[in-house]
Amino acid sequence: MRDELSVRGNHALLTRANPLAKFTAVTMVTLVLALSIDWVSASVALAFELMLLPLAGLTVALLWQRGWPLILAAALGGWSTAILAPDAGAVLFDAGIWSISAGSLQLGIGFMLRGLAIALPAVLLMSCTDPTDLADALAQNAKLPHRFVLGTLAAMRLVGIMAEQWQTIGMARRARGVGSSGNPYQRFRATMGQSFGLLVQAIRSASRLAVTMEARGFGGAARTWARPSTFSGLDAWVLLGGLGIAAAAVAAALGAGTWNLVFLTRQ
Amino acid sequence: MTSSPGVRPAAVTARGWGWRHAGRPRPAVSGLDLDIRPGERVLLLGPSGAGKSTLLHALAGVLGDSTAGEAGDAEESDETGSLLIDGAVPRAQRGRAGLVQQDPETQVVLSRLGDDVAFGAENLSVPAGEIWPRVREALDDVGLGWLPLDHPTSALSGGQKQRLALAGILAMRPGLLLLDEPTANLDPAGVLEVRDAVGRCLDKTGATLVVVEHRVAVWKDLVDRIVVLQPGSATDSAVLIDGPPDQVLAEARDMLIGAGVWVPGYVPATRTRTAPASGQLLLSSDALAVSRERPRRAGLRQGFRTIAPRPVQSGVMARVRAGEALTITGQNGSGKSTLALTLAGLLRPVAGTVSATTELSGCADRRVGDGAGTDPYRWKAQQLIARIGTVFQEPEHQFVTGRVHDELMFGPRHLGYGEDRVDELLERLRLTELVDANPYTLSGGEKRRLSVATVLAAHPQVLVLDEPTFGQDANTWAELASFLSELLDAGTAVVSVTHDAEFSAVLGGTELRLHGRDAAGSGAVNAAVNAAGPDRELPEAAAS
Repeated sequence: MRDELSVRGNHALLTRANPLAKFTAVTMVTLVLALSIDWVSASVALAFELMLLPLAGLTVALLWQRGWPLILAAALGGWSTAILAPDAGAVLFDAGIWSISAGSLQLGIGFMLRGLAIALPAVLLMSCTDPTDLADALAQNAKLPHRFVLGTLAAMRLVGIMAEQWQTIGMARRARGVGSSGNPYQRFRATMGQSFGLLVQAIRSASRLAVTMEARGFGGAARTWARPSTFSGLDAWVLLGGLGIAAAAVAAALGAGTWNLVFLTRQ
Repeated sequence: MTSSPGVRPAAVTARGWGWRHAGRPRPAVSGLDLDIRPGERVLLLGPSGAGKSTLLHALAGVLGDSTAGEAGDAEESDETGSLLIDGAVPRAQRGRAGLVQQDPETQVVLSRLGDDVAFGAENLSVPAGEIWPRVREALDDVGLGWLPLDHPTSALSGGQKQRLALAGILAMRPGLLLLDEPTANLDPAGVLEVRDAVGRCLDKTGATLVVVEHRVAVWKDLVDRIVVLQPGSATDSAVLIDGPPDQVLAEARDMLIGAGVWVPGYVPATRTRTAPASGQLLLSSDALAVSRERPRRAGLRQGFRTIAPRPVQSGVMARVRAGEALTITGQNGSGKSTLALTLAGLLRPVAGTVSATTELSGCADRRVGDGAGTDPYRWKAQQLIARIGTVFQEPEHQFVTGRVHDELMFGPRHLGYGEDRVDELLERLRLTELVDANPYTLSGGEKRRLSVATVLAAHPQVLVLDEPTFGQDANTWAELASFLSELLDAGTAVVSVTHDAEFSAVLGGTELRLHGRDAAGSGAVNAAVNAAGPDRELPEAAAS
């Protein structure tokens, strides 16, 4: 596992909660937000989530470092919604087919806030949860098949190795005269070749890892767990917190009259 | 401390045992008759293709499903005779035997040290309360007990990873330890670390040991029996010689040398250099700092400026001259490979410069000579390969076609050269018979020879090699060393990253010793290489 996925050195409160409880809380918030495109429910949820950052051991700088692709995607989604949604109300900006009106701007902002409010819990969860502990909880508490869960966990470790191999194979191929220069077609072909090389290496690594795991007795029907995944009082609070944020978001939107169920609105 | 019974050493019995992998015409092993008593320690030798790994995999109970898909053939694999551990089939006795393989990277299953060691015990349904005492004991036994249990496994060195794999096996309390070239990918210090850990654990548990290794000197004093296997055939027995180490080494010395085994006290004969004078300066570096990481962008607050990565090595002054060998040495993690790749124009210098002299960049007689500046990193790929050739540690990373001949023609074809050099290289590196083979299907030694040949086919004036002798048998080693000394005499510059003092002694030239990254002001400068002393390290043999 690379550094980004490790919670080593993070002693925040939420690192001690059971991963399954955190996962459930995150799912509740996400589900509610996925139901409605409106800026009120999204901003309420987002405000609560930002308040939770210290509990997960996150700072705004760290959040940006780990979650910037999601944050950018949310902003981009909001922007394109604002431009492309049907106009309603006063037109604020007009450039032919691209125009922003009060109505479409509101929709765009709602869309962006919603994207952020949905993405942030996932970043929060991964920042205070070790993947191994999550796997333990999924297999022991949620009773998912342990062969599948542990197989996935072991495979995730290979992803980090693959990132290193990609760089090495790129250099090794340049040393053979396969350059990343030339016209787009040549570059595309070079990338395809490099991907194929990576695929070959990935399959080799995976089959060697499979032998390693099998040689250590993996694959049997029963196994014991050295790290029992247990629940504590903290987990009740985590679940309540998730439920609370979801309820507050819905209540605020209903109160403000902006609640807007996705599958009931005009498409 | 634990209530579990101690380790019960296992016995191995093979009667006319044979195995053919799915889709292969010939069996990997056939007609094997072998008895290993409980607690015996056996070193398994034999030429590449004698089925040593197949036997270990069968004993570990992992033969079959996992290897069946490899050949891409629907044919089933095929087993004959019987192979038993304590009178029962290995597959039915999960955890009775534990296997450590060659590649450290794929021996690690989980991301925290303690979890990884516990993995095997959990799979064997050891009661949870008993697992952690076992984990601590196993880590102490392999000498990793000083690390915290949540230490990230990705931060371990190669030797540490192999010891971790051993600990993971020990926590299962197996009666049979199977080691499949556990030290082939390690530097000399790592080799000894692993060997000593194995010795300590065997003394403590009394388990049976079967180890496959070509470095006889490393394991000779630890084992009490050597078994030499030969490639399977219908008539002959699979076991060629069997007996105490000294006796086998005395009786079969010549045969083992012929098979490329590193027999103790034997150094393969190599060509001596005839013209060890150094020629013109081709490539030099000044105040060079190197890193594999790319520069990254700072966040919004710092205005998105570029942050240079932290160099693993800095202040390096290197001089590469025509006809002269430059050997880069130093401990693990001192940035040897990174430095070599930077000199080779494959990585961008973090600070300082790498510059080619006009002698190298000009290349008046080369078709792609025009327009190349002094910085090799900025050269186009084709300009680069005609000047500096780089041979990577893992040959497979450099294969770009599906046929040996195409592989060799790839560089020359792109540069507009003829085939004459290719035929000569095929001949010289004994690849003529293999022209139609798929590069991925070659043996370890053949892959190494091919990777050297493909790079040389582009006529570079500088050849850079990263650990060229890792995992090579004595025959390939001698061929490679002789061939490089010939190239040097013909005026090519050879830069090699190596731990192999014997190898650098054959090439002569100068040594660039890198100090650890924590050493202050590690300004490494070329220094004269010492002749190999008596405590030189022996390279090891190819994977079978």
